[in-house]
Amino acid sequence: MRHLSLCMFLILLPISCNNISTETEVHQAPTSISGAGATFPNPYYNIVFRDYMRHHSHITVNYGAIGSGGGIRSLRDRSVDFGASDAFLSEKEIETMGADVIHIATCMGGVVMAYRLKGVDSLRLTGPLIADIYMGIITKWNDPRLVAENPHAMLPDLEITPVYRSDGSGTTYNFSEYLCVVSPQWNSIMGKGKALKWEAGIAAKGNPGVAGIVQQTEGAIGYIGSEYALTLKLPTARLKNRAGRYVDATLETISAAANSELPDDMRATITNSDDPNAYPMSLFTWILVYKDQQYGNRTQEEAMQLIDLLQYVISSEGQKVAAQINYAPLPVQALEKNSRQVRKIHYGGKPLVPQVSSASVIGNLND
Amino acid sequence: MKDKIFKSFLFAAALFILLLLAAIVYALVSRSGETFQTYGFWGFVTNSEWDPRSATEEYGALSFIMGTLYTAFLALVLCVPFSFSVALFNGEYFKGKKIAGVVRSVVDLLAGIPSIVYGLWGFYTVRPILIDLGVSVQGFGIILSALVLAIMIIPYASSLSGEFLSMISNNLKEAAYSLGATRLEVVKHVSLPNAASGIVASYILALGRALGETMAVTMLIGNTNRIPGGLRDTGNTMASVIANQFGEADGLKLSALIAIGLLLFIITALINLIAKLVMKKLSHA
Repeated sequence: MRHLSLCMFLILLPISCNNISTETEVHQAPTSISGAGATFPNPYYNIVFRDYMRHHSHITVNYGAIGSGGGIRSLRDRSVDFGASDAFLSEKEIETMGADVIHIATCMGGVVMAYRLKGVDSLRLTGPLIADIYMGIITKWNDPRLVAENPHAMLPDLEITPVYRSDGSGTTYNFSEYLCVVSPQWNSIMGKGKALKWEAGIAAKGNPGVAGIVQQTEGAIGYIGSEYALTLKLPTARLKNRAGRYVDATLETISAAANSELPDDMRATITNSDDPNAYPMSLFTWILVYKDQQYGNRTQEEAMQLIDLLQYVISSEGQKVAAQINYAPLPVQALEKNSRQVRKIHYGGKPLVPQVSSASVIGNLND
Repeated sequence: MKDKIFKSFLFAAALFILLLLAAIVYALVSRSGETFQTYGFWGFVTNSEWDPRSATEEYGALSFIMGTLYTAFLALVLCVPFSFSVALFNGEYFKGKKIAGVVRSVVDLLAGIPSIVYGLWGFYTVRPILIDLGVSVQGFGIILSALVLAIMIIPYASSLSGEFLSMISNNLKEAAYSLGATRLEVVKHVSLPNAASGIVASYILALGRALGETMAVTMLIGNTNRIPGGLRDTGNTMASVIANQFGEADGLKLSALIAIGLLLFIITALINLIAKLVMKKLSHA
């Protein structure tokens, strides 16, 4: 809440400044852009917005990591300039927003299966196996079904300790969403959600909590956000993707998940992607803005600043930052769809972005 | 005049504390209303379901109440031999000696250690021992939490009961010695009966402390939202479920967590009240 009131204060600040400044000074007047929402991309947004502010010293960008639901509510209340969410809005949810909302995917992540098993350097898993481990159907590491997937690994006669999140989490949502897709049994018994009613295993708070238990417990397996697991270099299982390949979770394989057919409005889940190199538990995270920026006290200038910021996030420079801190960058095809989305944003009917050909956009991406 | 100002200042400060307490109770009651309206008080307390999925949403507190009682009472049982002997050591056998002072300071030091440190110690040191002993594959659960809790509450139980033991008048004891009683007999027949209610009260206070402990338990109990199937099983306590799930909760779930907070408040208040009554009985005796 404190974030929100701070954000509102900062939004109001430039408006009052604009009233006293003359027309010519407006574009240099200190402007602030505020956003709120998902916690998963928060480290990325912090860095990319800081870089942006370094290039544009008169602009302040504030982001409050209050959770996806809070971000959507704040955008609906018009108390922030953009919302951020790990789940895209359904048609029904867009209707409740009062006006059309544009989705812009900003980066990608994945959910990885970290494990600790002495003498097992490489572990292969499939979606249905993970589902059965977490439903308590597979309880031992030397279960015949696990051995069949891992003929070369020396799987011990040891109980499996599945570890899950004790707090509500987007990571749990994406994990369960994938398992719903690949396991009918999971879909009917467990379902999907930010928190579930678990059948087996133990729980810990946050990625650090789950990772801590997995690292310290022989025979444990846990699902963790890729941005966290890759930074910690935890041993993770290779997952069998839809094409039948076993893939490690890396920035490349997560990015590859977006190489499938994407809808023009970027509202797509990319779990169990059909790309042969794709890591199956991959996900987008989005920034949400109103398509028509003329609302409330917003000036065209402010809308332009927001567009400029969004374009920076989806530029090659912004995406490079993502990769540096282990968020998977968007592939070219997705970036192109993204910038088409940005061009749809207008101010009372006036376009905010000069219409450029898509060829030059791709040219920019490759430099 | 100065005296009057000071008096009214003290009065205001005391009143403020009372108002603060009233405000806490009001906030807990008003914000947990939705839960009690949905399930009723007993319906919520006796239901062990905890299902946060939106389609089948259902919340009950029984799993957490049971987890709290299991860990707290087991911790109390485990702490008795240690805190009792420390109390006897300080309040009877080595009363007034230098060594008693040292032991007392060391035990009091235990109370000053932040609970997160106990949690880390339990996680990295005690848990592997339990795994090696074959308690369970991963070590987490009621036993681990209770062991660490027991050590955390030793200072609360021992310092107060030691105090009561040392308060017994020497005349009484000397009278017993003059009748030819041995030291053990004096302890058994004079010291303990006289200090009994004080000792009991100190254990009740220690229990209250164990019920509300959050951080260390959260790190050690396994956080599974069901009634523990036994001492080797994992579970969750009222304090730790709140700590775990408060951040992302909203709607009915948030209300249910606050309702659990209210229940915990009531339970600890009752425990403290009982301890007060027992102690009062001592002063009248």
